Amino acid sequence: MIVQALAFYLFASIAIAAGVMVIAARNPVHSVLFLILAFFNGAGLFVLMGAKFLAMILVIVYVGAVAVLFLFVVMMLDVDLVAIREGFLQYLPIGGLIGIILLVELLLVLGTWIAVPETAAVAGVPIPPPDQVSNTRALGSVLYTKYVYLFQASGLILLVAMIGAIVLTLRRRDGVRRQSISEQVGRRRDESVEVKKVPSRSGV
Amino acid sequence: MFEIGLAHYLTVAAVLFALGIFGIFLNRKNVIVILMSVELMLLAVNINMVAFSTHLQDLVGQIFAMFILTVAAAEAAIGLAILVVYFRNRGSIAVEDINAMKG
Repeated sequence: MIVQALAFYLFASIAIAAGVMVIAARNPVHSVLFLILAFFNGAGLFVLMGAKFLAMILVIVYVGAVAVLFLFVVMMLDVDLVAIREGFLQYLPIGGLIGIILLVELLLVLGTWIAVPETAAVAGVPIPPPDQVSNTRALGSVLYTKYVYLFQASGLILLVAMIGAIVLTLRRRDGVRRQSISEQVGRRRDESVEVKKVPSRSGV
Repeated sequence: MFEIGLAHYLTVAAVLFALGIFGIFLNRKNVIVILMSVELMLLAVNINMVAFSTHLQDLVGQIFAMFILTVAAAEAAIGLAILVVYFRNRGSIAVEDINAMKG
């Protein structure tokens, strides 16, 4: 029990510290790296809660895909680091005020909130005992049966996002030599070969 | 103190969510950090989902956390694509300049 508590405090404190650094770091590259750290510790919290499959998915999807995408964009855009920090202090009071108000509200809700005892009885899909059915297997057996339409819809969302991102960023640049297959195939003999009578003992 | 329950996880999620809101207000010159703050808020929401799933012994929370993950990945891809196009056109990623897009 005490190991679990220590692990929780470790993961939680590192996650929050990394979250602070994400919004406070001077360099956007450092922000991305702290975001990766925050996601790793979020995955640790997931493991503590018993959602092992989600923890691994979080690491793969966020650290492996989203954070690398962020890193690419940050490095690709040649951003002026000094200009980016202007106005940081100007928005500090109002932003801090709203953040603190929101946090206090959330914590007040947490302090007075209690679950109705019957909630456990109306669980949509009860979690099977982890020593008999693994977390991944339990998730899959629900996801591919009861939520199969939502699963397909999320696949469609990803497809639309992929096509959208490609369409948005694709551009045709002038002054670049490209292969045009239709032009190559559509060539006639007349426009590419010329037959010349060459008299003997003289050049063309 | 050493008994880690639902409230502990919800507190962490609340702090992370507030940090995300704070980051959106703070970084007005840098849309990339705003997108990262949105990702941070989505992580907080996911922690909430999984915490309630564990507390109520209901697997549906984890399923929906997975869907949130999917949508968050799609949102990051589209957001960054828009950002790249915007930077290509204007040479800046400050929020104040984005209102010049209308019309």
